[in-house]
Amino acid sequence: MKHTEIAVVGGGPAGLSAALTAAAHGAGVVLIERDEALGGQLVKQTHKFFGSEKQRAGTRGVVIAEELTALVQEAANIDVWLDSTALGYYQDGVLMVERKEGVIGLKPKALVVAAGAFERTLLFPNNDLPGIYGAGAVQTLMNVHGVVPGKRVIMIGAGNIGLIVSYQLLQAGVEVAAIVEASPRIGGFAVHASKVRRAGVPIYTSHTVKKAYGKEILEGACIWQLDDKWQPVPGTEKYLQADVMCMAVGLSPLVELLRQAGCAMKFVPELGGYVPITDEHGRTSVPRVYVAGDSGGVEEASSAMITGQLAGLSAANGLGHVKDYDSLHKEIESQLQALRSGPAGQKILRGLAKLRAKGDVTSA
Amino acid sequence: MERIENHPILEFHKGQKVTFSFEGRLMEGFEGEPIAAALHANGIKVLHKSANKGRARGFFCAIGNCSSCLMRVNGVPNVRVCIEPLRKDMLVERQQGRELPAVTQDPVDVGGEE
Repeated sequence: MKHTEIAVVGGGPAGLSAALTAAAHGAGVVLIERDEALGGQLVKQTHKFFGSEKQRAGTRGVVIAEELTALVQEAANIDVWLDSTALGYYQDGVLMVERKEGVIGLKPKALVVAAGAFERTLLFPNNDLPGIYGAGAVQTLMNVHGVVPGKRVIMIGAGNIGLIVSYQLLQAGVEVAAIVEASPRIGGFAVHASKVRRAGVPIYTSHTVKKAYGKEILEGACIWQLDDKWQPVPGTEKYLQADVMCMAVGLSPLVELLRQAGCAMKFVPELGGYVPITDEHGRTSVPRVYVAGDSGGVEEASSAMITGQLAGLSAANGLGHVKDYDSLHKEIESQLQALRSGPAGQKILRGLAKLRAKGDVTSA
Repeated sequence: MERIENHPILEFHKGQKVTFSFEGRLMEGFEGEPIAAALHANGIKVLHKSANKGRARGFFCAIGNCSSCLMRVNGVPNVRVCIEPLRKDMLVERQQGRELPAVTQDPVDVGGEE
């Protein structure tokens, strides 16, 4: 059995920030990451971030990942466990972790779960054909490993991920046949939409996929229009030839560990699905279990870093490490408020209000 | 499927060029990149067959979460090739559904309280 003060599960923007904040207040931290490297999904984000200077606006995600990773590696009181998967957290406070040498028991005094999120897909015939990818997966393949997914892409979803990945595909020399969006409006920022439009990519709003075609690999797809009640309109079918389809239709929080740990959960669509009930200090319903980043509700990387700082600070405070918690907490809250001031942030705030209202709790 | 040679923003830091075998075909890839990336660069998109209907499955999530890419690597089944790094002389094969490993590894004794 190994011991530590704070175990942080997940080495993405939220987990890195939680570990750094907790360690800065003197807590001993074990940072657990199932991949072989830290950085999470920041490593494929080649675009410059928005927000304010405090959230590193103007810096590319991949650079933020390098900076945070370097800080974590320099911190004397952070022990990084790579290639390690947290399997379960039990009532005696033991976190079981699978590592190369076998399964290890780790007994932390507090646990921060920053496991991130996973990509959703849509239901249509042949949606399992090779050639149909999560948009984030294509970003990884292209921006981290330098391999393009194919020659001609249909992008599903005109939120920021759909728009940004479309632009990155164009940068990598891949043709984007169309961006298909079910809603009547483009969800992402106008600045991203105009970039792809200038490059000649059509954006079909109020359209969805009817069916994908291909023998063993995607060869094309039929899309059709949706009416104002989101019902498909027969006769509006268009066939698009493509060997790649990217699904940029949202993410769901990765909450298995939290659910297994016994955290009270609630279904909140605005936050991406089932999420643990939390308070404004990042605490779940299970004592000394905290949540940070997309595991607590799908947002974006800037707010993941801030909620990571919040969980790290709160966990360190719970162990008596923080002297001026109230003022530090206030400062973090004000950064979150600023980040959530736009329309996307309003949705998150509505979700958090629902999450913290009484009722509809799904017990674990 | 091909490798990006010139990118306006990014540089790619590749490991050493190595060879590996995919179902008896000799292929080239870079050490340390995910096996699935190396297969893609060689034009291989069908990575797995579904358990019941044998439908082709490919690369979907790239984070080791969705099980769409489970392959047999050096005889070990159920390897998530979207995150497993390529090594020299690996033997990579498709599998159908999930397979039991040949040898079941017992968990290490974690002991009680120290």
